[in-house]
Amino acid sequence: MNATDGARGGDPMELRGKKVIALGERDSVPGEAIAEVARSAGAEVIEVRTECFV
Amino acid sequence: MDPDNQALIKRIVDEQGGADIVVMLGAADAEAVEVAAETVRDGDPAWVGPLAGVQLGLPVLHVFEDDMKEQADAEVYEAQIGFFEMTLDAEGVKAAMRRVRGEA
Repeated sequence: MNATDGARGGDPMELRGKKVIALGERDSVPGEAIAEVARSAGAEVIEVRTECFV
Repeated sequence: MDPDNQALIKRIVDEQGGADIVVMLGAADAEAVEVAAETVRDGDPAWVGPLAGVQLGLPVLHVFEDDMKEQADAEVYEAQIGFFEMTLDAEGVKAAMRRVRGEA
């Protein structure tokens, strides 16, 4: 797997066992929502951020 | 991408290595998504943040992408992301991710 893998129409990026950095935004998808979904896919969430651009 | 987030990602990779790390995005602005994905893969394109000239080569997924949706628990995905997927420009974001990967 290389840096551009994932969702490219070939093999899907396997999330189980991966370490996820969740970067959300307050005005779109918050970081914690991303983290919950990542955990449900078997990933370990190692950092969660929600940016605010106000 | 915010310089603080660049610094965070650089620190994590410096401490833990880049293996098995995936960056997951939730931004709804297609341009911001493209820039963020390029930044953690190829370095800060604006050459102002801590990742300027630093090619971490990290894989990136957006939470709206099918790879994410298909692997997540369906109930969790619907509860956490369903509303955002309906109300934000999910197709625009997915198109941006395809452009970053050279698929579009």
